[in-house]
Amino acid sequence: MKPRRPVVEGYFEERADGSAVLVGGRCDACGAYFFPKRFSFCRNPGCGAPDLADVELSTRGTLWSFTDNRYAPPPPYPAAEPFEPYGVAAVALEAEQMVVLGQLARGTDVAALHAGQAMELCAEDLYETDDAVVRVWKWRIA
Amino acid sequence: MSEVVVLGAGMHPWGKWGRNFVEYGVVAARAALADAGLGWGDVGFLAAGNTMRNGYPGYVSGSTFAQSLGWQGTRVSSSFAACASGAVAIDSARAQIQAGRCDVALVVGADTAPKGFFGPLPGVRPEDPDWIRFHVLGATNPTYFALYARRRMEAYGATTDDFAAVKIKNSRHGLENPNARYRKEFGAAEIAESPVVADPLRLVDICATSDGAAALVLASAEYAARRADRDRHVRIAAISTVTPRYPNTYLDMPDIATDSAVGAALPERSFRDSIAHAAYEEAGLGPGDLSLAEVYDLSTALELDWYENIGLCGEGEAEALLRSGATTLGGRVPVNPSGGLACFGEAIPAQAIAQVVELTTQLRGEAGARQVDGARVGLSINQGLFGHGSCVIATR
Ligand SMILES: [Zn+2]
Repeated sequence: MKPRRPVVEGYFEERADGSAVLVGGRCDACGAYFFPKRFSFCRNPGCGAPDLADVELSTRGTLWSFTDNRYAPPPPYPAAEPFEPYGVAAVALEAEQMVVLGQLARGTDVAALHAGQAMELCAEDLYETDDAVVRVWKWRIA
Repeated sequence: MSEVVVLGAGMHPWGKWGRNFVEYGVVAARAALADAGLGWGDVGFLAAGNTMRNGYPGYVSGSTFAQSLGWQGTRVSSSFAACASGAVAIDSARAQIQAGRCDVALVVGADTAPKGFFGPLPGVRPEDPDWIRFHVLGATNPTYFALYARRRMEAYGATTDDFAAVKIKNSRHGLENPNARYRKEFGAAEIAESPVVADPLRLVDICATSDGAAALVLASAEYAARRADRDRHVRIAAISTVTPRYPNTYLDMPDIATDSAVGAALPERSFRDSIAHAAYEEAGLGPGDLSLAEVYDLSTALELDWYENIGLCGEGEAEALLRSGATTLGGRVPVNPSGGLACFGEAIPAQAIAQVVELTTQLRGEAGARQVDGARVGLSINQGLFGHGSCVIATR
């Protein structure tokens, strides 16, 4: 079996129990969260602290909006052949007071979704290379 | 601050012409100069909007157009602010005039667009949010438009019939516009057969990518006052090119998450609301003063968002305003009398300039079949990816 690797290093982690968690940055000075973390300094203009700590974001949230994509995007999206439609969800995290995007887990019935429903993070295969299975975080109905 | 006046406006028709963007830009620039009754030699500053998909000449658009019009020594600027590039170019030209560094400035934007979805620049660039959203999520521009549209449905009870009504309205508005790419009336039945691109949006809900160019000749009020064609002059009452205020908690392209509201007070207004608000403040005008508006209908549903952002109605009331006919030609405040992006498709660095060309044409009373009766105040607005506001208020 090919080893798994995350689609981008440092954005999320998979745990032994099969669950997944997003990793962002948190400012110890003002409390703000950032996803992705990207830089080492706080982007709150009233704060500007020099450091952000790595932090695991809430794995559950509520659905803010959603869609499904019926046409293959251009590169660099690694579209499967034949093209497989995919959903995208915007999920509001309560503790972090922010909205985070993710694809919807395969097989999610988009027509049955509604804003405000509980969602949770998971991970699935995005594509395969010659030497690895590339994984990505997704949202699924909780 | 002294006022700046529009003396000339010109366009190259929108379409998929397959030629170099410089050709379109020169056609539009010459049309604007001819409309102003001025020559290229009269221009003391050239401000252009960049295009990212046409190589180096597109990154130095100011000098590209200056060379193509014939070097005459003028100073130039080349701006990129995504869909807001044109407004930034207008702002830059206006600032030169207001600073007294020139009497007459030329603003040009032109694009040759690829077919289909816009993608990020090539290469593997995990540090670039625009690359991340495509590679990791397949979050195209229509994905974001669809998330906003679905949000209207979930939060305010909008329906796909409302979105279709925007398309029908704009398709009628653009029928007689000689610069529009699509001059065809759409009906509900035809829209219902259009394929879904990103639910709930169909292909006809989403604007195409186009080739086209637009140009303006701006002058100082003192210079304009000495001319004989004063009844055609249109005044630039405000330009807003604001960026968001932290924390920006509304999902914006190309980001895959919003700011967190923890640890900071929410700004008084959302980013989109603040774009219009800054323009109203500068002009000393309000939504009730508008005769017409040109708003960025990247999707049909997004036009409804803009009604609220520019204060034509309260939050969640845009569908009712649309259904009342107020935003249709003949109504209280027609929106997108040009036909909007629905009839043009988007030519990125030209589009915000084209919006002001439409305001100018309307305020002069020269819009023909799509004329808004008695137009005195017009507003154009859009938002460029990566946090660029763009709003112009023009008066006669
Ligand atoms: Zn901070």
